[in-house]
Amino acid sequence: MDGVRITVNGQLRSGDGAGPHTRLLDWLRAEGLTGAKEGCAEGECGACAVLVARPDGPGRSRWTSVNACLPPALAFDGQEIITSEGLGTPSGPCVGEDLHPVQRQMADRGGSQCGYCTPGFVCSMAAEYYRPEREGSGRRGQGGVQTGPAVVGEDHAADHESGPNGFDLHALSGNLCRCTGYRPIRDAAYALGAPAETDPLFLRQGRPAPPARPTQLTAGDAQFIRPATLEELYDRLEQHPEARLVAGATDLGVEVNLRHERPPLTLAIDRLEPLRVLDVGGGRIEIGAALTLTEVERGLAGRVPLLSRLFPQFASRLIRNAASLGGNLGTGSPIGDSAPVLLALDASVVLASGTGEREVALADYFTGYRRSVRKPGEILRAVRIPLPLAESTAFYKIAKRRFDDISSVAVAFALQLDGGSVSSVRIGLGGVAATPLRALQTEQALAGRPWTEETAAAAAAVMATEGTPIDDLRASARYRSAMLEQSVLRFYAETQSAFSPEVA
Amino acid sequence: MKSLADRPVNPVVGVEVAHESATLHVTGTALYTDDLLVRNRKVLHAWPVQAPHAHARVVSLDGRPALEVPGVVRVLTAADVPGVNDSGTKQDEPLFPSEVMFHGHAVCWVLGETLEAARLGAGAVKVGYEPLPSLLTLTEAIEAASFQGHQPTVSRGDADAALDTAVHRFSGGIEFGGQEHFYLETHASFAYVDEAGQVFVQSSTQHPSETQEIVAHVLGLHNHEVTVQCLRMGGGFGGKEMQPHGFAAIAALGAVLTGRPVRVRLNRTQDITLSGKRHPFHARWEAGFDQNGRLQALKATLTSDGGWSLDLSEPVLARAMCHIDNAYWIPNVHVQGRIAKTNKTSQTAFRGFGGPQGMLVIEDLLGRCAPLLGLDPAELRRRNLYLPGQSTPYGQPVRHAERLHTIWQQVLERADVERRREQIAAFNAAHPHTRRALAITPVKFGISFNLTAFNQAGALVHVYKDGSVLINHGGTEMGQGLHTKMRQVAATALGVPLSFIRLAPTRTDKVPNTSATAASSGADLNGGAIKDACEQISARLAEVAARKLNIHPDDVRFANGTVTGIGFHDQDIAFADLVHDAYFQRIPLWAAGYYRTEGLHWDGARMQGEPFKYFSYGAAVSEVEVDAFTGAYRQLRTDIVHDVGDSLSPLIDIGQIEGGFVQGVGWLTLEDLRWDVSDGPHRGRLATQSASTYKLPSFSEMPEEFNVHLFEQATESGVVYGSKAVGEPPLMLAFSVREALRQAVATFGPAGREVQLASPATPEAVFWAIRQAREAMPVPPASAQAGAGPVPSRASSSGH
Repeated sequence: MDGVRITVNGQLRSGDGAGPHTRLLDWLRAEGLTGAKEGCAEGECGACAVLVARPDGPGRSRWTSVNACLPPALAFDGQEIITSEGLGTPSGPCVGEDLHPVQRQMADRGGSQCGYCTPGFVCSMAAEYYRPEREGSGRRGQGGVQTGPAVVGEDHAADHESGPNGFDLHALSGNLCRCTGYRPIRDAAYALGAPAETDPLFLRQGRPAPPARPTQLTAGDAQFIRPATLEELYDRLEQHPEARLVAGATDLGVEVNLRHERPPLTLAIDRLEPLRVLDVGGGRIEIGAALTLTEVERGLAGRVPLLSRLFPQFASRLIRNAASLGGNLGTGSPIGDSAPVLLALDASVVLASGTGEREVALADYFTGYRRSVRKPGEILRAVRIPLPLAESTAFYKIAKRRFDDISSVAVAFALQLDGGSVSSVRIGLGGVAATPLRALQTEQALAGRPWTEETAAAAAAVMATEGTPIDDLRASARYRSAMLEQSVLRFYAETQSAFSPEVA
Repeated sequence: MKSLADRPVNPVVGVEVAHESATLHVTGTALYTDDLLVRNRKVLHAWPVQAPHAHARVVSLDGRPALEVPGVVRVLTAADVPGVNDSGTKQDEPLFPSEVMFHGHAVCWVLGETLEAARLGAGAVKVGYEPLPSLLTLTEAIEAASFQGHQPTVSRGDADAALDTAVHRFSGGIEFGGQEHFYLETHASFAYVDEAGQVFVQSSTQHPSETQEIVAHVLGLHNHEVTVQCLRMGGGFGGKEMQPHGFAAIAALGAVLTGRPVRVRLNRTQDITLSGKRHPFHARWEAGFDQNGRLQALKATLTSDGGWSLDLSEPVLARAMCHIDNAYWIPNVHVQGRIAKTNKTSQTAFRGFGGPQGMLVIEDLLGRCAPLLGLDPAELRRRNLYLPGQSTPYGQPVRHAERLHTIWQQVLERADVERRREQIAAFNAAHPHTRRALAITPVKFGISFNLTAFNQAGALVHVYKDGSVLINHGGTEMGQGLHTKMRQVAATALGVPLSFIRLAPTRTDKVPNTSATAASSGADLNGGAIKDACEQISARLAEVAARKLNIHPDDVRFANGTVTGIGFHDQDIAFADLVHDAYFQRIPLWAAGYYRTEGLHWDGARMQGEPFKYFSYGAAVSEVEVDAFTGAYRQLRTDIVHDVGDSLSPLIDIGQIEGGFVQGVGWLTLEDLRWDVSDGPHRGRLATQSASTYKLPSFSEMPEEFNVHLFEQATESGVVYGSKAVGEPPLMLAFSVREALRQAVATFGPAGREVQLASPATPEAVFWAIRQAREAMPVPPASAQAGAGPVPSRASSSGH
């Protein structure tokens, strides 16, 4: 093997200096590219955001924004990265100013004050600028669109989160700014036109992403390996069942940065094709565990309404561009937002190892705080959602902030009515026990009953007693129980108003 | 000297220009202190050893095990300090403490070849602690009578007598939270001994001169042996006014002892657990109103939580007491203040500097009392606004009080309040679970440092032979756009285009003895100094031009890089040519400028005087929508009219207003510092010590529609080019959101009922307030039964 190499801003660089625990951010900064900053080291602020060329179907790639503070630099062996320095240059001695359209808008509209978060904002915004599905990113909508204040009116929330140029404000949900109050940044985003036909980054998306390289590197007592095949992964896991699997590193990266975990062996699995399959079959949907949440969202294209409600609330775009369902269920946090939804969808997980596969209902998967039935040597290969889906679904995330917060309580409903009565119901809960769980007593209180206000009220009272919520910095136990209760009433109110014009 | 406020024709000030570093920001090429690391070799990294106790005696400290860790170079302890072991100005903040005063207090620091080595070394240091009893909450401190510093009183008239005769009399209290600055750039310092043997410290500091002084006293050096430079900060907000000094001193001490460059850069958790925050406050009050709802008397006791040392707690408390009136005339006042000493980080400056805390008390009071008085809260506030001729409780006339009324009227009109009130009423009638409300609140904020001596500044302006200009001043750039404004001031004063002016980073060897860039005063003070320096130079140049044009020097005009005479249309001289001529006539082409704010006097003991040059005014209308199922809310629209005098730089000023507003909304609704106050093993530990647990406003917290208007024709005489300060006052416009939330909550209950709202008004707090409103029975006005119910709110009150 001819050493680790990473292309940054078009220049091939040796990554041999990076150890298994060197984060992409620190490697970039040591290379002299100090545009990306550390603001929080846990993927919350986005000051470290950069662009990576990721696969986007046959023959295409996509500039994808990710946090550089979480993943190991070695995970980018053979990959192409663009930082804020690579998007454009300021004027200087012997150099004329050459700003990227995103940089131009941000600079001219007062989108930077202290400037520390700005390189990250610029990268997140550039990814959305190049997003092929963005209305106005193609031939339509040429030229800058001037925007005034958002639309006033009853249903302006949606308008306010999407620009006249198709810019999805959620693209910036993982970037924090402490200075501007965000308005000029939103105006900059909403003023972007389409990439020029000759824009090299735009053209780059028309070619495939670089393939993953089978990286292996040992430094000191730590090792980073990217197995080339699933079989190799199984073999290595058999030899080293204690190895840490890493896909997007959105959880492991936090443990490395904040809790100073230093796993002796890290196995990168995010580019293993068998883990990246999205298959909609007759009786079920199978989602590969290593697909990023963004890829799942795009691949499903609204086919599972309950997941469509989950995605915008599942962390930020920067995190969803890296995080996977495998990771979210693999770490088994009781406040992971996918579990309640997948419980309501009656999903199961496929656990696989060198000796075979088994399918386990998600309801039977969690065994305790961050523990599951997954055995050493097993990986979570895929998630399966049975079809047909229930007709009425809802996902309620209770948090302080609408964009990118951690749930104090999460509740997912999947309800099937038959002649006005509840023929089946599943409710998934997060944040109210050591594991995600089903609200079985509440389900019982609903099953077979007519879907009326009385039924909802009775079920809400039961729901308030589900789980064993605690007091912590996010919410009181009392509030958590109240939110369980309220969720049933809210779900009922929404199913009723869904048929009336009053819905706001 | 020309009048400070007068502008020439076609000035460069007042033009909308982008931040002077904007293109560097967006390309990632703007350098911050820690970006310098990669440009240097053999740099050592520092890591603190943080104590796991809220209060403890250090009985032993053994750094030898750390030296066994590969890559560890040195352990810095108190024994290494050649000068004074103190990181503050009051000798109450030992750099290396022998007594741990808060959970996470750094007892020593480890230097390593890598950050990893320093961290592992810090983990190996053996420290013996003898835990001591600790005080964490304000309630605990008040009960234990644990106070520090002065206990001032602001008094006017006879508050007791006025309360006795008032038609309506209410009392109550509130305890509210602090705020973490959460500048995106954490504390960073980088020190080395330069080729001339001088200690050179690059620091992310709002107060380079004080950083210099403290580094010098820790090292036992004179100030002229230490130079501090601040390139720029990734945000400051007051958190880098006093807090950087100790970190700079660690870096400098390490550099002096090892002969190598030393970098101190805190990670987020270290930054939050080591550095001070906005002061939380506890307040008890009694207020009296006449039959028309006019305030007659206010008695209050404010207790701030100063944390473990005094830091800036005394001036913060003074400003809180000087802003408890906000924009309202209160004839009889008696306000007492005191500072609790607790085992927490030493609370410090934060945008507004006590002003927001003082104002919260009166805005909370008015919001609670309005329904009891049977008045619309907006009407109650309007009736109590200052009128021309009135003065503050500390004796300062409220000049331009009429502006408050004009601004109030303008913002009501711009926000289309009358029509929207009808829409809101219709919406609320149709929505049982979702309610909207709008509220308007005013701001009056005093500008100048309360301590008169700090109101001075210096500048150094060089004009080179080619006509290009380099300016230096004592202020620091933290994103507020000070450098942008200063370039505009210099360009205006010299009559040259903006492109002629380059600004060099802030350094203590260019301008000495500077004040902190704080108190919103950066542009007022440094702008005055730059203007002075530029005018010295242009007066000399005018003599040269006058001789050449054969006119009187007073008739020479400088504009847009061209020098001409008044009334001349056919004769002019390029600025660069004039400068060239002046050089050969041996005219000095550089000048040191100086400015001090005139007319200030303040008796800190009696809390009387005129501490402020002027007041900044503003008003905001905010509309919110509240969901009864969860207590969650959205900010639908905010309209602001704010007085920045004649703006020096409108894009910058609007950015300050919007950013300050959203930061204020964060403090009042979202940002929640939680300490472990249990008696468990982690007592005193900050539970919210990361970005995942301490939530800042994100895109979802900005008002969906956000209109900011600068008050027009607002020339402020006696300030540079007629402008006003802007950094802090807009933060307090955020009360409009908190009051709108209160009013939205009120719609779920009977009319005429007091609504209490915790601060921060998180969704959980709003949810419980709604539940209480729904459960409330109607009560007659002026005899509310408030405070009932087991609401986990920090507010409580009783009416009588």
